[in-house]
Amino acid sequence: MSTTQSPPAPGPAATSSLEPAGPRRRRRGARSSDRGASRAFRWLATGAGALILILLVAVAVFLVIKAWPAISMPSDELVEKVGLLRNSSSLLDYVGPLIFGTVLAATLALIFAVPVAIGIALFTSHYAPRRLASTLGYVIDLLAAVPSVVYGLWGALVLSPIVQPVWAWLNENVGWFPLFAGKVSPTARVLLTVAIVLAVMILPIITAVSREVFLQTPRLHEEAALALGATRWEMIRMAVLPFGRSGVISAAMLGLGRALGETMAVLMILSPGFLYSFHILEAGQQQSIAANIAAQFPEADPLGVSTLIATGLALFAITLVVNVAARAIVARRKDFSGAN
Amino acid sequence: MAQRIDVKDLNIYYSDFRAVADIEMAVEPRSVTAFIGPSGCGKSTFLRTLNRMHEVIPGAHVQGTVAMDGVDLYGADVDPVAVRRQVGMVFQRPNPFPTMSIADNVLAGVRLNNKRISKGDAQDMVEQSLKGANLWNEVKDRLDRPGSGLSGGQQQRLCIARAIAVKPQVLLMDEPCSALDPISTLAIEDLIAELKSEYTIVIVTHNMQQAARVSDRTAFFNLAGTGQPGRLIEIDDTATIFSAPREQATEDYISGRFG
Amino acid sequence: MTTIAPEAGSPQQGNPELRALLRQVDKKRHRVDRFMKGLVYLAFVLAVVPLVSVAWTVVSKGIERFNAYFLTHSMRGVYGGMDAGGVYHAIVGTIEITLFAALISVPIGLLTAIYLVEYGRGQLARSVTFFVDVMTGIPSIVAGLFAYALFAVFLGPGVRMGVVGSVALSVLMIPVVVRSSEEMLRLVPNELREAALALGVPRWLVVIKVVLRTAVAGLVTGIMISVARVIGETAPLLITVGVIDSINYNLFEGRMMTLPVYVYRQFQQGLVPCAPDQANCIATITYDRAWAGALTLILIVMLLNLVARLVTRFFAPKNFG
Repeated sequence: MSTTQSPPAPGPAATSSLEPAGPRRRRRGARSSDRGASRAFRWLATGAGALILILLVAVAVFLVIKAWPAISMPSDELVEKVGLLRNSSSLLDYVGPLIFGTVLAATLALIFAVPVAIGIALFTSHYAPRRLASTLGYVIDLLAAVPSVVYGLWGALVLSPIVQPVWAWLNENVGWFPLFAGKVSPTARVLLTVAIVLAVMILPIITAVSREVFLQTPRLHEEAALALGATRWEMIRMAVLPFGRSGVISAAMLGLGRALGETMAVLMILSPGFLYSFHILEAGQQQSIAANIAAQFPEADPLGVSTLIATGLALFAITLVVNVAARAIVARRKDFSGAN
Repeated sequence: MAQRIDVKDLNIYYSDFRAVADIEMAVEPRSVTAFIGPSGCGKSTFLRTLNRMHEVIPGAHVQGTVAMDGVDLYGADVDPVAVRRQVGMVFQRPNPFPTMSIADNVLAGVRLNNKRISKGDAQDMVEQSLKGANLWNEVKDRLDRPGSGLSGGQQQRLCIARAIAVKPQVLLMDEPCSALDPISTLAIEDLIAELKSEYTIVIVTHNMQQAARVSDRTAFFNLAGTGQPGRLIEIDDTATIFSAPREQATEDYISGRFG
Repeated sequence: MTTIAPEAGSPQQGNPELRALLRQVDKKRHRVDRFMKGLVYLAFVLAVVPLVSVAWTVVSKGIERFNAYFLTHSMRGVYGGMDAGGVYHAIVGTIEITLFAALISVPIGLLTAIYLVEYGRGQLARSVTFFVDVMTGIPSIVAGLFAYALFAVFLGPGVRMGVVGSVALSVLMIPVVVRSSEEMLRLVPNELREAALALGVPRWLVVIKVVLRTAVAGLVTGIMISVARVIGETAPLLITVGVIDSINYNLFEGRMMTLPVYVYRQFQQGLVPCAPDQANCIATITYDRAWAGALTLILIVMLLNLVARLVTRFFAPKNFG
């Protein structure tokens, strides 16, 4: 019914195109074919879009404003005035171990989560019966629906007692390995336990993105591999994994971003410390930026708050870099597959 | 290196739908057999049962026997992966692995069975296979470049090189020229003529001139109507099929009255 | 590799060498294939184990205190190991703060999605799309710090009130709303828009009366799922809204309790030291309340997800796209 009278609002555009120079500007207005309410609505929508960008900038700006007192103050004065820094010589000296702890926990979580996520993604894309696949995918999505505070509760009260003997065994038998060295914690409220909970939490996003790219593998390449006499796994290794590699990398980076910023699991499970320590079975060694903010913020004085916001700024910067990189890979991939 | 194939009482299904019915035919070794027929008559589906590629589609299965030199490919103790090793396949659209170099593409199948081939052996094998596919002279200077950089016709010959590198008994070709220009098509047809001295070749084609040019025997498939299974109407020497077919339907199809 | 002569074997009985070749080439390759299949299945099981464990413990430990009393009483005047105290004040806080967050996020998110689908061209649209994705990765604690900083700049330091939490949550919610709404709006067939435009309906009315009306089920689903996503956020509320034991209905004044923070708070207080002869003292009361609070929270999240799915099932146009 629409095809017979196709281009909307032909009138003014058609007439003005006959006249030179002067009415050109009017013509442009007419081409977008809106006036009054329509124009207002368009501007409203565009404004909302622009607001997103402004919001992102505002996050950075307001964090900088509130962190500035701590950032600009000379180190010795800051150390003297802020109780949080009693064991540090400067703001950087305070943030350093926190960044270390954050990155260590997130990296360990990623090491646990990525292989499992790739496995689940392959399971739903290439192994599970077609009819079951989407249901099973939904089960994994349920993991993302569990609030982080519940994971924290579960990690601290259920998981820790279960894994403690395992950690003790690791410490006793594989203690020569630097990560398992040190004095094993009797409560297992340690970084390795945290990393496992974080891994569970980032599993859904890594799985979802990986599954998408695995499903996009061209049937042509899968059949080429099978026709050469490849087993199912060999087909996956020849056709699916190379095709999905960049997608899996960006999925892993999205997961990393989540793990870096996760607060509650670390806050509720980890017995914190401020050291550059690789002892992930020992209590009181590491702390993450996010958990430290949540722990200290309620009792901090204005300058303390400023210091904590400065550490938050560091976290924001790190996650921003990771996320931008991950999204850029995804976007470039999209262009690439579109061109084919 | 080449084996005969005897097909008996073969019915091919997609879930409950019978796509191809009651096929009975023999494919002679060291010759080219062409399958012709209108779209949807099941010739490609049948081709894919000759190396058990049909069953990779969920719900797809067959009844009957496909015997290669007397051994039933659908026998209980036969491994589909091993079947595909003995029966190579070239697809409608060239499909070299985009992440692999030209040389790695050729060796892709070989490496499955034999992870550690010496560098010299590998080079020999690449050269032999590419020469066998009439591609060596065109790519010998850029063996380490990605295969996706080649032209369509070259890519298809690369796929043929990849298929013959594993030294199969039979080579199946599913409309190998339908995505190619006339010059590339000619190169592939020449290649088929050379390959038949060593392999049993089965080719599905939409192009009757091509069937007449390259094949020794031709099989004509047809279906009675939509929803009906495709059937083998007749198979005979290509010359006979194109000059004096036994069936009226074959004559109608060949003379261009339908299809 | 294959060394059999073509003449070998008589075709009638089956070529024994060929039979051997077809039976099984390489045991090792098949072992690897089966092993990897095992690993892939194992990966799935590995993911289901924590899910089942979390669900089971939350239900089994939470059900004990999960009753009408728990849902209708606050923590006012509750101390020590008293067998009392509930979650009412936290439910009130969670509902108010989340609803207000939705009130901020839905118009912005929906309008942004409309912009991207109906008007967005060129550089601005591309950067909006990109940064919406980036925004989904903002850590929740940073969103909390931002909301705190925003209000602190204008109202002075130390502000703690519900609306600050709503702002923090909306930073997290907006990108989710944009994403899901955009997806839904793109499903509306172009013919529908053209048909209406051709009838002389102005563009903005087409968007509101045709596009939004067609996609409404999907939009509602997306919004409910994004609410479910932020309703469990703890960290930003902990630092912007604070904690309190009594009921506060006013979003714009004073601290409020929320469910996730309630769970954290109860957990954090730890075991209660009870004197051996003390009556009315339960040592594990805080953990019990934490589990019951967690159960309440999970039930709300699941309810939102369930209703969202039902909305899609019953109200979605049947022949779409």
